[in-house]
Amino acid sequence: MRQSVHTIIPNLIEQHYQRLLNGWLACQKRDGMIGGQISEDQLAEQARRFLAEVRQGVAGGHFDDISGPEWDSTRSLLDTVATERAVQGFSPSETAIFVFSLKEPLFELLREELKDVETLARETWAASLLIDKLGMHTIEVFQKGREEVIRRQQEELLELSTPVIQLWDSILALPLIGTLDSARTQTVMESLLERIVSSGAEVAIIDITGVPTVDTLVAQHLIKTVSAARLMGADCIISGIRPQIAQTIVHLGLELDVVSKATMADAFALALRRVGKAVLNRAQPKPNGE
Amino acid sequence: MAGEIPILQIGDCLLVSIQVDMHDRLAMALQDDLTVRIVESRARGVMIDISALEIVDSFIGRMLNNIAGMSRVLDAVTVVVGMRPAVAITLVELGLTLTGVRTALNVDKGLAMIRRLIDSEGDESARRA
Repeated sequence: MRQSVHTIIPNLIEQHYQRLLNGWLACQKRDGMIGGQISEDQLAEQARRFLAEVRQGVAGGHFDDISGPEWDSTRSLLDTVATERAVQGFSPSETAIFVFSLKEPLFELLREELKDVETLARETWAASLLIDKLGMHTIEVFQKGREEVIRRQQEELLELSTPVIQLWDSILALPLIGTLDSARTQTVMESLLERIVSSGAEVAIIDITGVPTVDTLVAQHLIKTVSAARLMGADCIISGIRPQIAQTIVHLGLELDVVSKATMADAFALALRRVGKAVLNRAQPKPNGE
Repeated sequence: MAGEIPILQIGDCLLVSIQVDMHDRLAMALQDDLTVRIVESRARGVMIDISALEIVDSFIGRMLNNIAGMSRVLDAVTVVVGMRPAVAITLVELGLTLTGVRTALNVDKGLAMIRRLIDSEGDESARRA
């Protein structure tokens, strides 16, 4: 539903541009937007650019639909502001107030300029409609920005929590921390297999000390990882099985079908033996000096 | 008997490098060729290199299992080498863990594994004798 509305708002913004800008900035300052996460200069610059874009936008006359081409640059500016604020950790209302606080000076201006009640109501409605639309758009973009931040953090967490460590020439260790879900298993498997290829490892030790519980699903994921490593020609040893976990595994009747050791040290000793290496005590120095 | 997949002999080992898409007829031809070659050359080990394969489906998985079974009957050990990570993950997701087949990371390690297996077998039969 696009319709052109004949209002005096474009003229009003044109004539009282500076006053509107100052009023708006004062409102934001009063609402405690300045001095926190954003400096006064930065805010003034954003406000100045936004008002300039709005001035161009309202010239098109479409107040009830801001998806048109004349609003393109306004929207892209709002996108930038909202995304920046999402990343900087602003709250939704702190972001929304950027747009909504424009209402006060604008309405005040309308009240001063228009004496006819009918016209005033119509003009106020048009202005309110426009600012609401712009505010909604800001919040939507802000929300998307926040979601993007959360998604990226999740990815980083996933990367962080699946390191593959080279213990010896052809021995890899994979300390698992936290629960193993399907997505984690996929990442773990991929990084383990990539490292098997790049390092030519023959033995991989999967340490589950940091896995809080082992249920049938976790066991299935472990078995998958072990099987995939075996297909690549690397043997797996599971280590770090805590007493409770050992009990759970037996109670659930899980068959891991892989060599398991209680501690990483035992697993490492076995791995060394498998690749034909041994750890020896150093010969005692002779009593008559070195 | 000239199949499309070459079979190379290294000592008492046969090396098969699969570098083209497998289909039924090719797989049958390979199984024919390979069994004949194992008998002819009295090979003790078979190495199947699949490092060039980007897609391995249940059909190829079954073929690898079959070849391992046939070689075992002819007293040769089979080692599949060079599987790519993506292929390994796909096979595991498909539930094909090729339990009857030995695997190694590359041709080098595969050859060493075959040597080890043949040697340990020799020890056992010597002890039995």
